[in-house]
Amino acid sequence: MSYRLVWNDTIDSRKCCDAYQESMKKIMKQNDKVVHIDCDLMGCIDTKIIKEAYPDRVFNAGIAEANAVGVACGLAATGMIPFVHSFGVFASRRVFDQLFLSAGYSRWPVHVIGSDPGITAAYNGATHMPFEDCATYLTMPNATIIDPVDYAQTFALTKKLVDVKELSYMRLIRKNFKTVYADDSDFEIGKGVVLKEGKDVTIIASGIMVSNALKAEEILRKQGIDASVIDMHTWKPLDTELIVSQARKTGAMVTAENHQLSCGLGSAIANVLIENCPIPMEMIGIREQYGQCGPQDVLEKEYKMSAEDIVEACIRAIKRKADRKD
Amino acid sequence: MTKEEKIHELEVFAAQIRLETLKIIASRGNGHIGGCMSIADTLAVLYGEVMKYDPKNPLWKQRDWCVLSKGHGGPAMYATLGLKGFYDVKEAYTLNDFKTSFPSHTDHTKTPGVDLTTGSLGQGISEAVGAALGNRLQNINSHVFVFVGDGEADEGQVWEAAQFAAHYKLNNLIAFIDDNKRQLDGACEDVMSHGKGLSAKFDAFGWKVIDVKDGNDVEQIYDAVNEAYTEKERPIAIVLDTKKGKGVSSVEKSGAHSSHLNKEEWEVIIKEAQDNLNRISGKENA
Ligand SMILES: Cc1ncc(C[n+]2csc(CCOP(=O)(O)OP(=O)(O)O)c2C)c(N)n1
Repeated sequence: MSYRLVWNDTIDSRKCCDAYQESMKKIMKQNDKVVHIDCDLMGCIDTKIIKEAYPDRVFNAGIAEANAVGVACGLAATGMIPFVHSFGVFASRRVFDQLFLSAGYSRWPVHVIGSDPGITAAYNGATHMPFEDCATYLTMPNATIIDPVDYAQTFALTKKLVDVKELSYMRLIRKNFKTVYADDSDFEIGKGVVLKEGKDVTIIASGIMVSNALKAEEILRKQGIDASVIDMHTWKPLDTELIVSQARKTGAMVTAENHQLSCGLGSAIANVLIENCPIPMEMIGIREQYGQCGPQDVLEKEYKMSAEDIVEACIRAIKRKADRKD
Repeated sequence: MTKEEKIHELEVFAAQIRLETLKIIASRGNGHIGGCMSIADTLAVLYGEVMKYDPKNPLWKQRDWCVLSKGHGGPAMYATLGLKGFYDVKEAYTLNDFKTSFPSHTDHTKTPGVDLTTGSLGQGISEAVGAALGNRLQNINSHVFVFVGDGEADEGQVWEAAQFAAHYKLNNLIAFIDDNKRQLDGACEDVMSHGKGLSAKFDAFGWKVIDVKDGNDVEQIYDAVNEAYTEKERPIAIVLDTKKGKGVSSVEKSGAHSSHLNKEEWEVIIKEAQDNLNRISGKENA
């Protein structure tokens, strides 16, 4: 794992989903078993990049997600390595039983890509805004779950999926998003990235929330608070070791996710803390709400997911830590 | 061997499958006798004659595949595979026991020779379609056979799979539609009817359809498979007009989906199956 942090809160000129395509193009060249199946959403993630290069290994299943997952499982059974894409809402809850039995229980290496995670669905609104996509996969034994943050990480982690031997799910941001890492960065599935080492509180974030966490760290620093920032791009298998060592070090934790809280990154981390090292913890994410239409920045405020919300949560967690010691 | 001799051999094999299936279900005391009996003849044709497979190497790349999308027919599959040497058939007398390799619904992670895991109706046919596509992509010259129940065909996923298979011209996919007219809650006609019928539906989806008048007649099934092999473009649906519970008179009569029988009732139906086997194979000696 070698990465370079280049975050300065600015938007990449390239779309995140093109990172998936460029990465797939490489993988498909190296490995003739890799195929991509889409559900009439090729236009949304620019599949033409791989379709033109490998017309025989890119399939449209039409608007029939359940079958697309099943077909992927059959392909995997013959030794192929299938990637299946739909919007996150459909690539999870609409095909839960297919994912669970045909893929998960059957132990087939099927790699599902769900686009438009959480509030990035923006104007598409509630019907297309997945707050529970990762939750469905969290319930599946041994599924791998990835929530990448930017172009470079999407590119790097897509390549790594080929070696995952069971069901996996990766969220895919469709549009241009803030750059966090330099292009040549490399990551390991299941290993969180320590972006800042602090001593007062640990912020663990993934996906679009990493950028907000870094911004929160800056604000906190100005107030004399020293925060760790972790990019937990892999929700499962979760980097338990890193979580516990950070908990021991800072004694206060804040999680930040673009997902609902009843079954998500925060609750998975809470499970780890409760069993290993209970400390004050605050969670940022969606609480008991459905999605809605709106621009991403407005939704971010609406669901209390901004850098300022993270800052407040950190202060609360640190206060709880101090209160506990008294 | 003449065709007549071959057909007779398959009839004997079907009778053996029936007997063993019943013994397997009897080891548990209850199970899906009806749906197992209706497919026994087709399993006999597949594993007795048309499929290429290697019991010592179940994952042989060049093999033909067989997927029981109506996964609750597991015991019939276990009887067939056991009789063909994938394992000792008696091992399957542990049906649904704790840690068994023989759960009532077929599971490729547990049973040698089972190609894909099924049990949630509608999913197996998609998996079979994927296997057919995967084999074709790897230039493997083989067929994927899949059993779909007429009740199962209520599931939307069956038709998603059907349109995909036709769109990609998977002529290496042969589906047996077990048209036994019954599903769990009774007659399909009452529970959920199939409009112009399953043959018409598959035809409308762009499949080649072969209707088998008596879907429990090995010769008619065998001829249908040979006809299916000649198709160059389309996936093939062999629609079998079958009888749920075929060969077990009490179940034929009741049409029961799942049977819970007492010891005496088991003795009666196992004896019936044994007598049928003796009668059919006895013809051989005559
Ligand atoms: C998705 C799903 N729904 C319900 C069931 C429960 N179930 C098992 S068998 C069956 C009836 C199946 O009827 P059919 O396909 O005609 O099978 P057969 O009559 O040949 O046994 C039902 C409802 C299931 N296994 N999967």
